Amino acid sequence: MDGPVKLRTRMLAVSTAFLVTGTVLGGCAGTANSSNDGGGGGGEVTLALVAYSTPQAAYEQLIAAFQKTDAGKKIKFTQSYGASGDQSRAVASGLKADIVAFSLEPDITRLVTAKLVDASWNSDQYKGMITDSVAVIGTRKGNPKNLKTWDDLAKPGVQVLTPNPFTSGGAKWNILAGYGAKSQKGTDKAAGAAYLDALFKNVPVQDNSGRASLQTFTSGKGDAFISYENEALFAQKNGQAVDYTVPDDTILIENPIAVTTNSAHPAEAKAFLDFLHTPAAQKIYADNGYRPVVKDAGGSFPHPSGLFTVGDLGGWSKVNKELFDPAQSVMASIEQKLGISTSAAPSPAASKK
Amino acid sequence: MAKYPLRILALVYLLFLLVLPVGLVLWRTFEHGLRPVIDTLTSDNATHAFAVTLSVAVWAVLANTVFGIGAAILLVRHNFPGKRLLGALIDLPLAVSPVVVGLALILVYGKFAPLGGWLEDRGIQVIFSLPGMVLATIFVSLPLVVRAIVPVLEEMGDEQEQAAHTLGANRWQTFLRITVPGIRAALGYGVVLCLARALGEYGAVAVVSGRLVGQTQTATLYVEERYQNYQQTAAFSTAAVLALIAIVILLVTKLLRPKEND
Amino acid sequence: MTATTSVKPTGSGTAPGPAGPVLRKRRPYGTALGLGTAVLYLSLIVLIPLAAVVWRSTDGGWDRFWAAVRTPDAWAALELTVGASLIVALINVVMGTVIAWVLVRDKFPGKGLVDTLIDLPFALPTIVAGLVLLALYGTSSPLHIDLAYTRLSVGVALLFVTLPFVVRTVQPVLKELDRDMEQAAYSLGASPFTTFRRIILPNLAPAMISGAGLAFTRAIAEYGSTNLLTGSIPFQTQVSAVNIFGRIESDDTTSAAAISTVLLVVAFVVLVLLDLFQRWSARRG
Repeated sequence: MDGPVKLRTRMLAVSTAFLVTGTVLGGCAGTANSSNDGGGGGGEVTLALVAYSTPQAAYEQLIAAFQKTDAGKKIKFTQSYGASGDQSRAVASGLKADIVAFSLEPDITRLVTAKLVDASWNSDQYKGMITDSVAVIGTRKGNPKNLKTWDDLAKPGVQVLTPNPFTSGGAKWNILAGYGAKSQKGTDKAAGAAYLDALFKNVPVQDNSGRASLQTFTSGKGDAFISYENEALFAQKNGQAVDYTVPDDTILIENPIAVTTNSAHPAEAKAFLDFLHTPAAQKIYADNGYRPVVKDAGGSFPHPSGLFTVGDLGGWSKVNKELFDPAQSVMASIEQKLGISTSAAPSPAASKK
Repeated sequence: MAKYPLRILALVYLLFLLVLPVGLVLWRTFEHGLRPVIDTLTSDNATHAFAVTLSVAVWAVLANTVFGIGAAILLVRHNFPGKRLLGALIDLPLAVSPVVVGLALILVYGKFAPLGGWLEDRGIQVIFSLPGMVLATIFVSLPLVVRAIVPVLEEMGDEQEQAAHTLGANRWQTFLRITVPGIRAALGYGVVLCLARALGEYGAVAVVSGRLVGQTQTATLYVEERYQNYQQTAAFSTAAVLALIAIVILLVTKLLRPKEND
Repeated sequence: MTATTSVKPTGSGTAPGPAGPVLRKRRPYGTALGLGTAVLYLSLIVLIPLAAVVWRSTDGGWDRFWAAVRTPDAWAALELTVGASLIVALINVVMGTVIAWVLVRDKFPGKGLVDTLIDLPFALPTIVAGLVLLALYGTSSPLHIDLAYTRLSVGVALLFVTLPFVVRTVQPVLKELDRDMEQAAYSLGASPFTTFRRIILPNLAPAMISGAGLAFTRAIAEYGSTNLLTGSIPFQTQVSAVNIFGRIESDDTTSAAAISTVLLVVAFVVLVLLDLFQRWSARRG
């Protein structure tokens, strides 16, 4: 029985060697990566950026650019990207962050309530926003079905993709855009609600996020999709065969950013935030499809004649209550008619995990 | 008896369910040539992802190996009330969905949970950090080493161990010189299975990771992220590497599998 | 996975040793220490967290539990998950046995390689499995088989991940099977089919059922391979694990825990039934 025993011994030796090497490597990787919160050695500062998923490419470039400046020379970064709401909830549950950048304001408001972001986060000249975008109507390349307006999307036989607003906070922008456009900026609520009703009859699938919705579209489903301009640009940049139209009446999507209250390095975090407002940084955002908040910082974007903001519609608390309340609201009744749950369980905010 | 139809049926089924899909991924990885693949795999984010995967897997395998050997000896060589129950409990992780694993760990080790809060006050963050990932990986691969060793321990019988005792060996010597050599192949087999499972974990770490690029983003999470960012070649490349690792591990387990009469 | 037939690692007790009562006595504190450590490890990592899930699901009482489970999308996901897993388990019983048969009784070049590859779904990360299936059965399928976003794709994903289970439980039994009875049946004039039905099948049945049960519990837990190909569309192609994940991400841990508890109970029941069945069939010899 010498042959098989020898072979087995050899194999075991190989596996053991592999394991030992792995432990050593793993240990090295572990210590190399354990420099969170600037615990790394010798006064090194590490900032944790927690952001939503779409600006990942932009932030990778921005961090590199920041590290070339005097203020950012010695600063390291950890980055985390995911769906805006998920990331916001993760930070509320303990994910360490120095800077948080989300897709919409309520995701920051959640952290203000959790005392992780100071209530004065939006008292600067930019109201706390770092980039803008607009809601657009996306189609196949060349727009074969000629879908350009909100009315086109509600026509019978047209299939539109947009995510579920109860699982994707970002989806709310899409809905507010159509609602605002058809309700004369919120004044004619009945017309707005009627439009949403007609629109959602044409929505065959409500994905869990805007990105998933766009990927469902690019994989062949649907005639049109509602999305953000920067998402459509990102898709095009990555070779996806999509086109988009900026409707005349559409909403200004404003993306907030803030420093956390429990940041270990508030001065450095603020320095990074200041950097992000410089024209050079804003140009990087523009190159990635985002509209800069700093005037004339770069990029040429079309200006819709009927641009409105969520403020014009009454602000987030009002629209959340009237349109997006899981128990009773315009969207809740539409979803219920479609048989889709809005998870109308009592909010677990009090029970805090 | 119906030899050829059965053979064809089996092979066609395997072809369409197993061989073609895996082969296609390996094929499409190189759709745009070798360069993009190399660029992806040598990029910072990819190498960090593999490093995270490896370090998490190694810790999990070490822990489960120590536990596995101890538990196997307990189950086979010792008698105590509730032995059957212990055996069943050890098998429990096999029946739990990875997402439930993540949820379970959050409920105990999350910042607002009693144990998690206590640890957090002492500066140890479990969820959204490496320890949480290691715990999740230990959970899902826990039974594998035990289950590989137990049958062999049973079959081995303890005559040699008893003999060693008579000759004056203490427990540790007996263990090192009699038990371990006897279970060597099975131990190797179990360890490699455990490693495969640990390297490939996705669902449980997706829940507890926090997706910190370079710190808690594993190779599997990296595949997902690349795909979502329209980087198909990058996603396929990383997936191909993981698939090749899996195949290599399979070949190693085949060599280590306790020999049956073939 | 393991090539032996035993599903659970039950110890058989200390083997009879050479004469001498002095060797029978295991040092009790050694057992206690080892047992204590093992139980502590198991508790901290597995038992307490799982108990926390069940505990959390009761937060708000029985009504809240059922309300969470019966929300339309959660219920639809449970129906799809259990239903698809049952069908997949049945398909596996047939195909798994066929494959095991071919691997044991047949001979062809490359058989060893095929035998090794059967275990690939065990070793492959589930997200990679998802990508793998998407490549062949998604919209850019070279075979022009587009199953993306269909319920069928759920089945395909589950078939992939459960492939090895029945094969690996039936294979060893088939190998050990005594051919004498089959030969006797043939020599008495029985057709191959009759021989299979009356002699081989009863011997294989326990292993087939055991493998099917394992395949079922694996299938209801599946998460990673379903997302990409099925699109996880609520009410149509969303399995329970994805539904639970969505609830965790929405901060709704109580209802996530409730649905998780349902899955755990279903798996537990199946495993208990399996165990009882094995003991019953072992007694029948």
